[in-house]
Amino acid sequence: MTASKSTPAVAADHERIAESVSGTLAERNTVESLSAWQRLHRFFHANPTAAPAIVLLAAIAAFTLIVGDRFLSPFNLSLVLQQVTIIGTLGVAQTLIILTMGIDLSVGAIMVLCTVVMGRMAVDFGLPPFGALLLGLGAGALCGAINGSLVTRVKLPPFIVTLGTWNIFFALNLWYSKSETIRSQDIESAAPLLQWTGHAIDVFGARLTYGSLLMLGLFGLIWFALNWTAWGRHVYATGDDKDAAELAGIRTRRVLQSIYVLAGLICGLAAWLMIGRIGSVSPQVGFMSNLDSITAVVIGGTSLFGGRGSIFGTLIGALIVGIFRNGLALAGVDVLWQQFTVGLLIIVAVAIDQWIRRVSA
Amino acid sequence: MTDETTPVLSARGLIKRYGRVTALDSADFDLYPGEVLAVIGDNGAGKSSLIKALSGAVVPDAGEIRMNGRPISFRNPMEAREAGIETVYQTLAVAPSLGIADNLFLGRELRKPGILGSVFRMLDKAEMRRRATQQLSDLGLLTIQNITQAVETLSGGQRQGVAVARSAAFGSKVVVLDEPTAALGVKESRRVLNLIKDVRDRGLPVVLISHNMPHVFEVADRIHVHRLGRRAAVIRPDTHSMSDAVAIMTGAVDGDAAA
Repeated sequence: MTASKSTPAVAADHERIAESVSGTLAERNTVESLSAWQRLHRFFHANPTAAPAIVLLAAIAAFTLIVGDRFLSPFNLSLVLQQVTIIGTLGVAQTLIILTMGIDLSVGAIMVLCTVVMGRMAVDFGLPPFGALLLGLGAGALCGAINGSLVTRVKLPPFIVTLGTWNIFFALNLWYSKSETIRSQDIESAAPLLQWTGHAIDVFGARLTYGSLLMLGLFGLIWFALNWTAWGRHVYATGDDKDAAELAGIRTRRVLQSIYVLAGLICGLAAWLMIGRIGSVSPQVGFMSNLDSITAVVIGGTSLFGGRGSIFGTLIGALIVGIFRNGLALAGVDVLWQQFTVGLLIIVAVAIDQWIRRVSA
Repeated sequence: MTDETTPVLSARGLIKRYGRVTALDSADFDLYPGEVLAVIGDNGAGKSSLIKALSGAVVPDAGEIRMNGRPISFRNPMEAREAGIETVYQTLAVAPSLGIADNLFLGRELRKPGILGSVFRMLDKAEMRRRATQQLSDLGLLTIQNITQAVETLSGGQRQGVAVARSAAFGSKVVVLDEPTAALGVKESRRVLNLIKDVRDRGLPVVLISHNMPHVFEVADRIHVHRLGRRAAVIRPDTHSMSDAVAIMTGAVDGDAAA
């Protein structure tokens, strides 16, 4: 019949359209001339760590000019690294969760609870140090598993879940520790292993603690897992579009659960670094570091809307905060301006992220 | 494509009820090797229930599905996929921020051979990129230059192309496309229609669900008209017109008489 048969004119028209289509497709990717601004946008879009890396280098250059050699000395820079060790480590956990479009407000509380478990197991119950360490890490993983189950099984929003568990874990920590600090010398005699992360090696005047080296190792490990394993691809896909990931055959519930357990475990590791850094175990220190970890992630260019960002961005983000605090302190600026600057950085970082995310397809 | 050949995929007497609503009322279906079979029908005629039953997304209450003549049943989409039926959903099921190669292999990534793959679970990115490039060039989609380019930077038609390429790469028996041109402009639709023909020409039968009559009449070898939960007729574009199809779809003409 007539409807299915196109007239020669229409057929020719189709041919013409088909040709122009392949033409435009090719142009879009090759010969299209971009303005410098568009090129910049593409570059940042393809390299999410580029913007924070530029900020970090600029900050280092600026403080070198303002403060001088005191700032750029290996010793001072390694000090910054020590100062960001805990936030950086918690930032790894936070990055994993934010990549899946979640947020974890409980990381600080989990870490403190884990320090108390490690300290009490070793000092009060006389467990071998290694056993105390494992129990502390296990406690972290368990806390993460609770968060994960509430998110994946009960299907509550991560913000609410972790706001709740932040309070719960912190209360448990106060109860279990009886709000008492475990003294540094008690830990030293019962379980020196717990303080090992605070020991340092000297490299050209830089004091590198084992804790900060562990943190760098953790970044490397998680980078590998995110970029070179199927699990990592699934984390990104789940954060990007959960329903689509499911249709593509990814078991998103499992991915999410594994993310929360791993984040809890990393908080346990942060607990070990924390004991090394301050020597003692205090139930009152560090439970607010959840916000600092989110700051590091956001400044590092990971999007709060999931599926976009990189783990090393978080390291850079933590370093930017550390550099600004250290540099401003050395320049003799009042502490309140450090906080002011960090606030500005957050807002600028998110504004840049919004701009980068706008894709002109 | 005569009726003596065994259908690649067929169904007899499929029934699916949701409460009092009968979505599939003893529906039949036949897909023959190397053809594009369009499935058309009014809204609520039960086409999507039929397709879901064939792709494992719903389990029919009664009826029989056969692949190459052998009875088969799917409890979930993964089982259908393992049997060689790949479905491209309307939502495409791609991860926008991941690259083209990553998306092509999403959910079935290749790992490196040896200890790197088995112990360290390391992905074989080079091999995945190579195969993805191969797949896209086979389908004439090589205008997509950079195989690591994020899918969100592609146009709607190119994204559809990636999703179709994925299904063609892994669908060993059947490719099901759900409204592939619904969200596309004229030029992009054309590109996708050509892609459908390419897939068929490579020997993979295609099931095309579409509302767009001109598109259906252009690429389909046969047209399955669905009405009131069952197959009303199977017509051919060269013997029937679009108005015939619409008449059967709406019940103005009795399907059996028209076919």
